[in-house]
Amino acid sequence: MFPAAVLSLRSFVILGEGERAGLQSKISTSKKLTMWELIRANKRNSILLLATMAICLMLLGFIIGVSFFGPEGGFLGLIIATAIWLILMMISFSSGDAILLAASKAKPVTHDVHPQLFNIVEEMKIAAALPAMPKIYIINDPASNAFATGRSPKSASVAVTAGLLGRLNRDELQGVIAHEISHILHRDILFVTLAGIMLGSIVLLSHIFLRGMFYSSMMGSRRRCSAGGGGGGQAQLVMLIIAILAAILAPIMAYLLYFALSRRREYLADAGAARLTRYPEGLAGALEKLASDKSPQLAAVNKVTAPMYIVNPFKKKGQMKLSDLTSTHPPISKRIKILRNMTHGASFKDYSDSFSSITHTKTVVPPSALAGEDIALRQAGAEAKKKERLEKQMHQVGDIMRRVNKFVFLTCLCGLKLKVPPNFKGNKVRCPRCKRTLDLHPE
Amino acid sequence: MAGLIVIAIVLALLIIFVIGIYNALIRLRNQVDNAWSQIDVQLKRRHDLIPNLVETAKGYMKHERGTFEAITQARSQAMGAKTVSEAAKAEGTLGEALSKFMLVVENYPDLKANQNFLSVQEELTSTENKISFARQSYNDQVLFFNNKIQMFPSNIVAGAFNFGKRDFFELEVAAEREVPKVSFT
Repeated sequence: MFPAAVLSLRSFVILGEGERAGLQSKISTSKKLTMWELIRANKRNSILLLATMAICLMLLGFIIGVSFFGPEGGFLGLIIATAIWLILMMISFSSGDAILLAASKAKPVTHDVHPQLFNIVEEMKIAAALPAMPKIYIINDPASNAFATGRSPKSASVAVTAGLLGRLNRDELQGVIAHEISHILHRDILFVTLAGIMLGSIVLLSHIFLRGMFYSSMMGSRRRCSAGGGGGGQAQLVMLIIAILAAILAPIMAYLLYFALSRRREYLADAGAARLTRYPEGLAGALEKLASDKSPQLAAVNKVTAPMYIVNPFKKKGQMKLSDLTSTHPPISKRIKILRNMTHGASFKDYSDSFSSITHTKTVVPPSALAGEDIALRQAGAEAKKKERLEKQMHQVGDIMRRVNKFVFLTCLCGLKLKVPPNFKGNKVRCPRCKRTLDLHPE
Repeated sequence: MAGLIVIAIVLALLIIFVIGIYNALIRLRNQVDNAWSQIDVQLKRRHDLIPNLVETAKGYMKHERGTFEAITQARSQAMGAKTVSEAAKAEGTLGEALSKFMLVVENYPDLKANQNFLSVQEELTSTENKISFARQSYNDQVLFFNNKIQMFPSNIVAGAFNFGKRDFFELEVAAEREVPKVSFT
């Protein structure tokens, strides 16, 4: 299973390199162009991967069709496969981000709920020159993570967990948001959506097929009892082989998706974050905190959405070489080392140099994006020097979550703060300290 | 007759050429203006936040009249700035005054714990950051525009239609170094 996936990845990377020579001549000193070259390279790779997956899907449909309806059924299977893909495509294009956000239990927030988060997203929006302000969501979960989703930079969303808000200081939060905004800017969000649909179609199709085979084999055995023909047995054998094939094919696609999109894009988003904030230490510090996070893994997460998060939401049970190979994210320690090694500047070139000296491999950044731009590092915000009062910050995050969940906040005359849950019945509540009766909805 | 047609064709081509350059210049100038308005929004926001900041801090810092006056004065100068270079200079002074103020704040722990002050501080920090990020993209646009009106052949069209060079928005070096410090405790 692995060699096949690795092989496909190889060809995917090499093809990317082949086209670089032509682009080299277009290199300009302009900052905008650098960015555009990167986005273009990303688009090319996305199309290549999606085409590979589309062919797999069609093939799967064709084989299933043949095995079900005989040699003439191949095209029917093809049409069914395409139909499933089209339907899923339409659903996820019209409301994919909404579904994902709902599945992650993300709640939309405004400036009042968490001014700092809102401000930081706006800062990064200005730095990245996004055409519109991304929508901001908070996930009520003690784990520390964040993701971005949406179809295009015009309609994107950024979600962070409450645990993340509680643990990071301003510079670190800025680093994480910059990483997510980079995913939006590099069009990674669209790619994850499209690849997710493709993967979903394949899984769905093989699932339907296995179900169908189960029922038809039951009918087939009955038929065999009455007719006792050898042809039925042969068809069964073919179907069995096909079923095994389908069962193997879907996970391979999952791995292909994982390999191809995730790790390289994570590095690139890190590079983008350093470039936007001009302060790599912010993201490095954040990643360090996320790595040492002891809280349980994110509750609402599945394999398909995993590549969207800033760090792998699945907590590893045992550290092995193999798990590194199949991981959606590069090892955090390596990401931190690369960011901390950027001592000369914050451009893609600086990240790429640092990457090469840490990993002793060729760069992840497309050479076309390495045009000479000069971005100086900035100093830390004063907050970084401050001793962090983690407990207090976590407490504030608790209040934020209550506000998001529409708790009513009251301050009693005795100074006690009351937080009333939204499902509380009745209009009056009694202060537990001074026994005053308080009006829940004073108007 | 043939000569006349040739002249007409050359003239027509020339006019199309000039129109193309003219439109490109207009587009670039609009981009500069748009980028400037991004900065302008943030500068206005900064000016609006300062009275708030002073009002919150006044009660706690009774013996720091000089600091407050410096800020207020720098603010009114910045608000009166007419040109980009004037604004850059005044905003630089204002940034310096603010960072001095924030150093003084360190001596007043009560003020630093004030919820109101903390929220004004966060807004001001963010505004400073936004100014510096918006400044970057504005200066990029100005570079494109200035290059265009200085280079041949677009400089001829630019001269004929009075396209003037634009100023970069460069904060003074000293103030520039202070900017991260303004991002407070």
